[in-house]
Parts: sequence; structure tokens; C-alpha cells
Amino acid sequence: MSIKPTVNDLNWKIAGEAGYGIKSVGLMFSKICTRGGLQIFDYSEYPSLVRGGHNTYQVNVGEDEKFAPKALVSLLVALNQDTIDFHRDELEEGGGLVYDNEDKEIDVSSLDAKKYNLFPIPLTKLAEDAGGKKVMRNSVALGASVGLISYDFELLKSVIEDAFKKKGDEIVNMNIKIAEAGYKHAKDNFDVGKFPFQLKAVKGPKRMVLTANEAIALGAIQAGCKFMSAYPMTPASSILHYMAANQEKHNLVVKQTEDELSAMTMALGANFAGVRSFTCTSGGGFSLMVEALGLSGITETPMVIAEVMRPGPATGLPTWTEQGDLRFLIHAAQGEFPRIVIAPGDAREAFYGTHHAFNLAEKYQMPVFVLSDKFISESYKSEEFFDTTKLKIERGEMMTDTQLKKVKEYKRYKFTDTGVSPRSIPGQKDGVYNANSDEHDEFGYSVEDAENRVRMVEKRAAKLEEAAKDLPEPILYGLEKADITLIAWGSTKGPILEAMKLCERDKLKVNLLHVMYAFPFPTERVNEVIKNAKDVVIVENNSTAQLGSLIREFTGHDIEKKLLKYSGRQFYPNEIHEYVSDILSK
Amino acid sequence: MKPEELNTPHDPTWCPACGNFGIWVALKKALTELKLDPDEVAISYGIGCSGNENNFVKTYAFHSLHGRAVPPAAGIKFANDALTVIAVSGDGDAYGEGGNHFIHACKNNYDITYLVHDNQMYSLTTGQASPTSEKGMKTKTTPSGIIEDPINPISLALAANATFVAKGFSGKADHLAELIKKAIQHKGFALVDILQNCVTFNKLNTFQFFNKRVYDMNKEGHKTNNKQKAYEMASEWGERIPIGIFYKEEKPSYNSSLPQTADAPLVKHELGKVDLTPNFEGLA
Ligand SMILES: Cc1ncc(C[n+]2csc(CCOP(=O)(O)OP(=O)(O)O)c2C)c(N)n1
Repeated sequence: MSIKPTVNDLNWKIAGEAGYGIKSVGLMFSKICTRGGLQIFDYSEYPSLVRGGHNTYQVNVGEDEKFAPKALVSLLVALNQDTIDFHRDELEEGGGLVYDNEDKEIDVSSLDAKKYNLFPIPLTKLAEDAGGKKVMRNSVALGASVGLISYDFELLKSVIEDAFKKKGDEIVNMNIKIAEAGYKHAKDNFDVGKFPFQLKAVKGPKRMVLTANEAIALGAIQAGCKFMSAYPMTPASSILHYMAANQEKHNLVVKQTEDELSAMTMALGANFAGVRSFTCTSGGGFSLMVEALGLSGITETPMVIAEVMRPGPATGLPTWTEQGDLRFLIHAAQGEFPRIVIAPGDAREAFYGTHHAFNLAEKYQMPVFVLSDKFISESYKSEEFFDTTKLKIERGEMMTDTQLKKVKEYKRYKFTDTGVSPRSIPGQKDGVYNANSDEHDEFGYSVEDAENRVRMVEKRAAKLEEAAKDLPEPILYGLEKADITLIAWGSTKGPILEAMKLCERDKLKVNLLHVMYAFPFPTERVNEVIKNAKDVVIVENNSTAQLGSLIREFTGHDIEKKLLKYSGRQFYPNEIHEYVSDILSK
Repeated sequence: MKPEELNTPHDPTWCPACGNFGIWVALKKALTELKLDPDEVAISYGIGCSGNENNFVKTYAFHSLHGRAVPPAAGIKFANDALTVIAVSGDGDAYGEGGNHFIHACKNNYDITYLVHDNQMYSLTTGQASPTSEKGMKTKTTPSGIIEDPINPISLALAANATFVAKGFSGKADHLAELIKKAIQHKGFALVDILQNCVTFNKLNTFQFFNKRVYDMNKEGHKTNNKQKAYEMASEWGERIPIGIFYKEEKPSYNSSLPQTADAPLVKHELGKVDLTPNFEGLA
């Protein structure tokens, strides 16, 4: 085996039975990488079960920004035989396998020892000898991994200290001891410098490791969201958890409600009463919220909803990913009324997009979605601290007490050029009005006359035209002129950016138009890019090319080349790279 | 302030002699007698003849969806616990479409008042059976008579740990106004299930039907601190029907238990003062 050694280009993966701390050591591995100045993108797979079933966690790490998981694994930690059976083929040549050689159920004979580096390590024994239990063999494996790639053990120590410090020194020290046992064993028993995949700390700015869900919660907190009502649903729940954990620190209230009907209407009540409020759910929960979406529309009550997609319909694949709900959100609820859909492509965009969503919801007094999916919402990525210095809170037009005093009869739904009417807040003197789910006049009273109806429909619609002028355009990534322009929205951004690195290596000219502000549809910019493009491919994590159909609807362009994936799994960069290479080699 | 000052430019659209008039009068009387400023009152309405009251009472109003009067009311209270917050529903609204919210509002003990216009009928939709319609009653959807026994809102509220449980009658507006006042003053979730006639669709539970039967249970000595007794009284339905307060318990409301709003309601918290640096550090 003569594999060229590489430094700082590693894909580490650990897998085993659910309940064995796969995710916790995975996240620790990411943190030791980022604390050493490296950048990561994590990805984990798990079934909809609490115990049993197969869990995986992988960390793509290097010196440049990582946007997606990688298919080929350089170091695989197998906590059971399933890991070997399921992931053997993912190992790249020269890649390593860490396994417990004293575990009678593990059989590595299917792996060619000439092609791969086998690292037999008595994981359980080392854990037990160091005073731990069998379940702590994951920490031994983590320590051993750090040893095999010649990385800095002090970084692992610092991560363990932080992770366990709440439990006291004794627990901290035991965990360090266990990890150290793995580290030492690797150093003492293998010629670790010869393992072709090595990791070395570099200088770099301080970075966080977070998911898009955490970024959404942070964006909401930064935006002054003070109330959240929600009902748990994978893969949206971690937004709710993060907000709940921050209630006291940031002085906000989080209420888990009896169902999503309540979650959404309760948040609407709080928004009506002048507090920036929020809910989150996945498609199934949003199905229940649909009736209240229209209520936000007709009462012109601001509302921010984070919808984190998973494959449907119905219960679908609870812990997997899909971009199946774009059309659903655009059309949800009876009748015609405006809404905004923001589909961030990564944690950074999720943070700024959510912050923006709160401003838009109040400025245009309408529902605004942050549309994410399991892939980015549960995948950790390293990011520099978000810059909050330029973020402003814009509450839109609101009546001041003095203004209310001056107007004799306050019209909450006053007809204006922009369609936006300044609102009052319950408790304000002389601001009484009727937020009415029935069609209403300018005061909010129920009326059924035809002329008023027409004007109200137009008033609400006008707000969307106004909002459209306020939304950022889709961003073109990569070359200005390319042989292939990929068009995508939301989470497929990451795998495409990684694929573009491969294209660049191969001198293929490919760029990406990423649509983050998906609705109201950015017709002009998309049209312009398509008109000037040599060849266009739509890339979506669904089976019907929902963005593709919107492009056709709004621009008339029918994009024939579609790269669609709807297996419940996100794209791997190499799949996109291969698709593009195929086209360009013809 | 006089009760008429709570009127809007719109006259009620209910049928002449509808029980909703009595409830409307009692509500305005209660608000006036408690000297509540209409700017400091928010009422969340469901959908039904009852919910149409949103056009006839001049306070801040949120006319919600069918079954969903309670969650927005809770949301308003979360946002601004200085407001007096009331939810108004019909019996279909409250115990059918919104049954889950009702049970959980009792349990959560939100500091809001729930006025349920209980005419034992779906009236706005022209006369279908409701969760409280009596067994045997013929309606458009039960032409051969209702097969099952109705829901008992009072025992349901008791079982769900509501801290104020009362029943009134639209025909006794003064008594009802007193109940509503006590419900508003109660610190916690207060249910007033209000017996009400529907002149058009409910030919069984008419004004006379109730007027003959209702009696003030508290005047007859019912004490409000005994849950077992309250359950017993809740099942009395026949020649005599008790109205008044079945049960009342002092217990911290959900809202008063929140340290986040101890100093000021959420709506008064200053925005733009967030420092996320400790959060960022925690994720590093
Ligand atoms: C989701 C939904 N389903 C059905 C309806 C139709 N609907 C309107 S009011 C009502 C029932 C009204 O009965 P109740 O709540 O008892 O109020 P009442 O009219 O008797 O005051 C129904 C079924 C609706 N508006 N929304």
C-alpha cells in the first residue's frame, strides 16, 4: 500500500448501535478539530428509535471551509459488526478501521489488510481498566483516533473538560483517563506517523460548531423574539430545545403546547399583543398550522414559522431529509394572501435569515417562513462567530401613543399605497381594533360588500409587491461565466459548493445560482441568469423539481436537466460532480 | 364608564330574543363595574353566533378560528400579563373543535377567563348537534335523535384541574355579570359555562326550560372549596339545574409563575439589547 500521505484532509466516521454515545463523541471530535483552527462539516444518520438501530456520525475536516459531508471515509470507528458490514465500501484506499479486537462478534476478515489500515484496539478492556464502563469505549475510540492521526491530545482534553465540568472533577478526570488510554494505546502499538491521514492544528479564528436549527434559534433570540410556542417534532425540535434552554439567560418565554393548532394560534395571539413570537415544526405539524396561516394572513398579524422538512407524506421518514415542502408553503391555506419563504443554505444563512424574517414579518404584517430541512438542521458546521453589529430591529409601521391620540377614529386596516397600515398594540390608548378572521373593513369590523372585499384583497396583495423589493436577490457562486449553471435552493447549496471544488480541480466551468429568498419568486434575477447561461441544471432534494416548476411558472423557462434525489438522503458532492462531468464530457 | 360605551357602531345581528343578548349585556356590565379600561382588555373570539360578538364589544378583539379562541388568549396574556384577557366561544367551539385547548387551558391555569356560550347547538351553521346537545335530541345531523350522552363541561373542567369553574344563565344577566366579574378577578383559568337559549334551532332547551329550572347553588349553601361536592353538583341536570360557582381554588397561575415576566410584561422588554457572545462561546 503506497498512499500519498495527506495532512488536514480527513473524513472521520464512527458508527454503532443507538444509545452508545455516537453523537456525543462525534460532536467532540468536531470541536477538537475546530479548536485546532480547522473547519468541519458533520453529518449523522439515525433511525426513528431511541435504543437499538444503527447510528452514524461523520466529520469532514480540513483547512478550508467545509460545506457538506463526504462519501469516502478515511478513518472509520466500528463499535459493532454492522458498521463494518454497512460502511466497509465507504473506506478509501489506505483508510483506517478502528475496532475492538476482543469483541468476539467483530470480524474484519472481509477487509483486505493490504488495502486498508486495520487498528485492532481492545476498546472495552481499555475503558474498564481505566475505571469506566463498556459504554465508554466510544471515548477510548475517540482518544485512539486522535493518536492515529497524530493530533494534539491537549485539545481533546479541553473539550472533555468543557463537556463534563458540570459533573465535577472526578468525572472529568475519569473521562480524560479513558480517552488517554485509547490515545496511548494507539501511539504505543502502531506506527501512527505512517497512517496516511494526519491532522495538524493550524492558526485560525475562533469558531463555533452548530446546526442550522441552533442558528435559527440564535437568529430569533437576536431578533428580540420573546415568546415561542411549539410542539415537538423531529427534525425541528432542537430549535425548541435551544430556545427553552435560553429562557432565563435571554428573558424569553417558551411554551410547549398541546398541539400545533395551539402552538401557531398562541404565537399569533402574542404577536397581536406586540411581542415578537415564533413557532417551529416539521411538515406534519405545519399541516395542522395551515388554518392559522390564513388567520395570520387576513388579520395581518406578523408571524415567523420555522419549518424543518423531513420526507413525507404523513409520518414519512422522521429522521431523514427532503426538500418536499416548498410548494406546500407557498400555497398553504385556503384563499389568496401573501407570505414570504426564506430557505437558508447553511447555518450562517439560517441565523441572518431568521433575524431578517422577524423584521419582514412586522414590516409587512404577514407570515414569514424559515424553511430548512433535516440535513442542515441537524448537521453541525464550523462557523466564525456571527457578526451582530450590523443587525437592526425594524418593527415596521406602528402607531405611537401621540399619533393614536390625534386620530379620531383609528383605522387599523387603513387603505394605503403600500398596503401596509400602521398597527396598534393592545394596551395602547385609543388603539382599539378588531383583528378579524372574517373579511373586514378598515376598522376590522365584519363586512361583506363587494367593493370592500376587492380593495382588501388588493391591499394584502400589494404588501407582497412591496416586500419583494426588500428581499435580497439569489446569489451566483463561482465563475461569472460557466459552461453549466446549477440552480438550487435551501440546503443543496452545501453539497453543490463542495462539488464545485471538485469541478475546479478538474477545470470544469460550473457555477451555482442559489435561491434563498424563494417566495415571492425572484423572477427578474433568475430569468437573467438563465438567459445568459450556456446550460442549466436544476438540483433538488425532491422528486418533482419544485423550484424548477416555479421557474417555469414565473420565467417561462423549462429546465430539462434535473438532478433530483429523493431517497431521504442528501446529495454527496461526488454525485453532483459526476453528473456535471458526464454532461461536459459529451 | 357606562356599558353602552362598550358598544361599537354595529348592532348585534343575533336573532331577536337570542340568549347571546343576555351574555353580551352581562359582559359589558361586568367590564364596566370592574372599571376596566377597554384599551386594557383583549378578547379572543371563536367562530359561531357567539364569536360574532367580536363586532359588538369595543375592546381589543382577536377574532380567531373555529375552536381556537383559547390559544390566542393565552398568547396575549403571555405577551402582556397586565391586560385583562377573555376568550369567548360557543359550545361547539369550546368542547368540540377546541376540546384539546380547553382541557389544557384548565390544566395550565393560564390567567384568563373563558366564557362559553353554551346553547347546546351548532347555531351559526344552522342547527347541528353539539357536544353538549342532549341525548335523543333531533338535529339536522341526527334526524333520529342523538345516540350518546353529552359532555359535561363542569366535570370535565374539574377533572382537568381548572381553578375556577362556574355556570351561568343568559336569562339571569345580573347573576351572570357577577360570575363574570369573579371569573375575571380570579387569578388563574376561569371557566364560565353559560346556559343559553337558541330561539331558532334548539326547541328543547328554551328560555322557559332554563328559567324554570336554574337556581343559585351558592345561595342554597354550596361552598366553592369542595371538589367532591362540586362533582356531585355538576351532574345535577333535570327538574333543577344549579348555576353559580362550583369550585374555586387559589393556586399560582401559569403566568404568575414565570420569573421572566416578574418585573415587566414581555411586551415592555426592550429589544435590541441581546448579547449572544456567551452563546457563541458555548458552541465553540
Ligand atoms: C374549521 C372549521 N370547521 C367548521 C366551521 C363551520 N362552523 C362555523 S361555526 C360552527 C359551529 C358553531 O357552533 P358553536 O361553536 O356552538 O357556536 P354557536 O354558533 O352555537 O354560537 C361551525 C361548525 C368553521 N368555521 N371552521
